[in-house]
Amino acid sequence: MKAIISRGFKPIDSPSPDNSARRWTLKEKLLLGMTPRQYFGQAVCNPFNWVLGLIFLIGVPLLIYRFAFGLGAVTHSSYDYPWGLLLGFGLFVMVPLSASGFLLGTAVNIFGRHDLHHIERLALLNGLLGYFFAVVFLLADLGQPWRLPYPMFVAFGTGAVLFLVAWHVSTYLSVQVAEVSEGFFEWMNWPQAAKFVKKITVGLTVSAIILSTLHQGALGALFTYAPGKLHPLWYAAEFQWIHFFCSSIAAGLCMVIVVSTIIKKTMAWRCDAGFLDNLDAQTITLAKGACMALITYFAIKMLAVAHDNEWAYLATGWGLWFLFELAFGILLPLVILSYGIRRERAGIVRLGAFATVLGIALNRLNCALIAFNWRLYQEVPHWAEVMLCVTIFALYIVVYRAILYRLPILYSWKAKEAHAPEAVKERIPFGVSVRPSHHQVFRTRD
Amino acid sequence: MSRRKFLAASMAGSAAATLSLTSGAFGAALLEGYPDGMGVLVDMTRCIGCRSCEAACNKEQRLPAPDMAFDDPAAFDYSYHAGQKRRTTEAAYTVVNRYEIKGEEQPVYRKIQCNHCNEPACLTSCFVNAYTKTKEGAVVFNDKVCVGCRTCMVACPFNIPAYSYSSAFNPVVKKCVFCYETRLKNGLPPACVEICPQEALTFGNRRDLIKIAHQRINDNPGRYVDHLYGEKELGGTSWMYLSSVPFEQLAFDTTLGREPIISNVKGFLGAVPMVLAIWPALFTGFHLLATKKKHAEGHQDDHHIQEDDKR
Repeated sequence: MKAIISRGFKPIDSPSPDNSARRWTLKEKLLLGMTPRQYFGQAVCNPFNWVLGLIFLIGVPLLIYRFAFGLGAVTHSSYDYPWGLLLGFGLFVMVPLSASGFLLGTAVNIFGRHDLHHIERLALLNGLLGYFFAVVFLLADLGQPWRLPYPMFVAFGTGAVLFLVAWHVSTYLSVQVAEVSEGFFEWMNWPQAAKFVKKITVGLTVSAIILSTLHQGALGALFTYAPGKLHPLWYAAEFQWIHFFCSSIAAGLCMVIVVSTIIKKTMAWRCDAGFLDNLDAQTITLAKGACMALITYFAIKMLAVAHDNEWAYLATGWGLWFLFELAFGILLPLVILSYGIRRERAGIVRLGAFATVLGIALNRLNCALIAFNWRLYQEVPHWAEVMLCVTIFALYIVVYRAILYRLPILYSWKAKEAHAPEAVKERIPFGVSVRPSHHQVFRTRD
Repeated sequence: MSRRKFLAASMAGSAAATLSLTSGAFGAALLEGYPDGMGVLVDMTRCIGCRSCEAACNKEQRLPAPDMAFDDPAAFDYSYHAGQKRRTTEAAYTVVNRYEIKGEEQPVYRKIQCNHCNEPACLTSCFVNAYTKTKEGAVVFNDKVCVGCRTCMVACPFNIPAYSYSSAFNPVVKKCVFCYETRLKNGLPPACVEICPQEALTFGNRRDLIKIAHQRINDNPGRYVDHLYGEKELGGTSWMYLSSVPFEQLAFDTTLGREPIISNVKGFLGAVPMVLAIWPALFTGFHLLATKKKHAEGHQDDHHIQEDDKR
């Protein structure tokens, strides 16, 4: 892509080609303004695509094999370990890393932190895709995935935590689709639809906070069904859901930092100046939030140990592992992030964000797999299950990248002045002078 | 959108969400049991490890032929994952394990199967209501609605439910159903009880069984540990055990306590309607506070991004 841009190519970021009345066709938009031959050429030249291709070459047949011969053929999921890596990673790790959507939505739309708005859409997309793929992981793991709508329409286990998870994840998914659709409507040149989404933003954001609080917490509450099975250091009946919710705040914020870092390295051509110029400052702002969440998380983790008087466990082997999780997953990122924030070094902050993501992922894997059934034996995932996880994660990257290439997530969609008046008229309050309209472009999302 | 309209909409939304999501049963307090509930008293001092109960179960539930014959004592030496004794599987709803106890002349045999809890964790954790506790005391399973999430297996404190992982198109949870359809419903004892040659298994009304058990302990204090396992554990189970050696030596979990599993989850379930009720007002309040300054300055009529972001 870099090569083609260096030869003067400019990817589509407005409704029509420069200085013409013609609109881009959908096909042109999908190909970013390249000919199919050019598009295919640049895709083949990208070595990362070869890696993805190799993964799918192995993974897709494996996925078919899984559905033809059942879970037993590809996993070590056993009677003792019903939840393996597909859920341990796909659901319990992906969901906290996708808390970014509601966090940035809240910061920008509720707390009025408009300095973060350049990264808001990326965070919303990260949230939507993370949840969507958590469901894909779930579908691959469920015994009878075609029955997934049952808790919605057929049989209601209303007292079950998983019932809340199912309902909240599905409603939250639709909320996130609505939030992200604004960018899609701009890209499709449907300004009325985009305007409608804009209008209901605050409502959507508030529902997003409610639903996120509840099901991020609910994922933790799922483990309170297994008091004897999860090691006491990771188990806290009263605090489990707060632990999961609180750590998801740090995880979600840091995930946005990690993703934006990768984007800056690999996809800078798709970002506009507003995104790139503000990225370092926004990274540091996000890291401040993550620090607060991490400190709180550490405090309530210790509080849980004290509340259940589990200090004696710290001297055991499991205790060492627990302390490692705290040191590596909370304290180390906290030190790196604080140092980076204090010196205003975005690079160091990014390192800390990466450590945070790994740390929270470790916590979820500990709860779901490692410290689970601690009195029985350790389960090591089947190679095919690992490969399935890699495959679905690769699919996540492909979809993520495809959307970032096209929709105005990292850049703003430039609407021509001709379309401007109707969009502006609506928003002029009484007593405020009309802004000069000599601007060449304006952001329809503003 | 005007603020009034937004507030009205969010109130309506949260009210609807509250009604739809919290109308479930949030679990009862400690249950005293089911008045007509039947149960089985397992007297492990009488069991000789003949495994005829396993064979009877296999026949009654039409399970596949076992890997090892039911009279093959080698089954007692089987272990998986270094030290795990046999457990219930999709092909064996009950198994008998042998424990060599120091200081005892005879080994002790322990039969395991679903204990049919008074307040089952599997039932309360199931999001499609696949489990039912019948008035006769059996915990039965409806495989027509099972989605295959396997949360019940995570929740069961006794590690009982198994899953037909080998099935590609209709994998479901498998466990002892107290021979509900074929026997219990008609007042008959389950197949394993009927066949037991040692009368190690006693079928009857759960309340009567508790009396019988305590009677046995009182009559033979030297023979029994003074504990009826399952009488109080996790709110009580329909199947209860008497033992001559401390239960923990037979791999019984003696740390489970008396509260049913759902008690651990109640804290969260109680927080759900609170979050639904408090969050909308709280965050709308934050929003109003955070954007007030801009209204005072007369920038925008609403919460949208202000001038300085426009180029």
